[in-house]
Amino acid sequence: MSDVAAPVATASAGAPAAKVSVGEIFLAFLTIGATSFGGGAIAYLRASLVTKNQWLDDKSFVELFSISQSLPGLNTTNMAILAGDRLRGWMGAVAAVVGVILPGAILMTLAGVVYGMGGSRPLVTAGLKGVAAAATGLLLATFLQLARKTLRGWLDVVFIAMAVIAVNWFHVSVLYALLGIALLATLAYRPRSSDTKPEQPTS
Amino acid sequence: MNQIPQLVAVFAYLSLLTVGGGMAAYPEMENLTVNVHHWVTQDQLVHFYSLGQMAPGPNLNMVAAIGEHVAGIAGAIAVPLAFYAPTGLFALIIGRLWVRLANWPWRTSIQNGLSPTALGLMLAGLLSFGTTALRLGHPRVMFLVGLDWIAVAMAAFVLVMMLRTKVNPALLVLGCGVVGAFTFR
Repeated sequence: MSDVAAPVATASAGAPAAKVSVGEIFLAFLTIGATSFGGGAIAYLRASLVTKNQWLDDKSFVELFSISQSLPGLNTTNMAILAGDRLRGWMGAVAAVVGVILPGAILMTLAGVVYGMGGSRPLVTAGLKGVAAAATGLLLATFLQLARKTLRGWLDVVFIAMAVIAVNWFHVSVLYALLGIALLATLAYRPRSSDTKPEQPTS
Repeated sequence: MNQIPQLVAVFAYLSLLTVGGGMAAYPEMENLTVNVHHWVTQDQLVHFYSLGQMAPGPNLNMVAAIGEHVAGIAGAIAVPLAFYAPTGLFALIIGRLWVRLANWPWRTSIQNGLSPTALGLMLAGLLSFGTTALRLGHPRVMFLVGLDWIAVAMAAFVLVMMLRTKVNPALLVLGCGVVGAFTFR
């Protein structure tokens, strides 16, 4: 969920490449799911889908990525579903999402087993404290990078503050905070009559 | 007692809250898995979440570890299914619709509205997570009281490395784990 692929101008934006089999899709996403250590799976997705296999051009990739960000669900799994669907319909989507999840899920299941056996030993607890501290820094960096890329102005800061105050201070359920603030923010950014065609405001 | 139905219900619900990433759902995940169902402690949840940052693929595959912890191998299978299927189906349906709505003016409004909402919820999650992670082993007292300053320094180091260098974050997390094993004992 970090590195957003920079849109690189490619020769032609157009139809996806020749028909890809469900097995090929599964293998490509399984590889991404097994190698994308340390988050940032989007960069791996781009390297595989656009650069290596040339199943999508850059324009479609960026388009799918922007859709995947405005849907609930993780960016990586949403991208897998959208790309898989575009390549081979719903079967492609299923193959892609299962492929990208499987290696990490198996690994984390094993981690759960190992944790159950030794998670309370002092050395392990101490190590996990270091891991948790690092994860905090890592997630904060992701937040800052995302904020730098998508913040549009003071109004966005107000909505961010509202979310933090509602959830952390008043312990409002995330569901209500999400629905309330999303509704408010969407209305704040409602289409103006002067808009002739919808465009992403540039910052 | 068979926990699977409750696990499935909780994680299917949580999946709908993961706008802009898994962190948005963290406060709710903490409330449901720690306070309501007592499946894990606050510290254990932070442990699993942090370990998940090292695994390849989506960084919330740690839900499989929670499933395993609570209900063994059946939990490890049921929880990721419950967690990924609802939003997956949603993405498939809305994804197709969204392309057709390219010229609908409200589409841009929704995207522009969701963007700060997702950022805000992520920061809220990060605050819940960080206030536990940076004082592991001690009860949560108040915002800054009781922080472990060595852990804070570690987090700050990782933050700077992430913003200034291209080092693989999994290595940073692993490195801090090794250093932590000898510093925090």
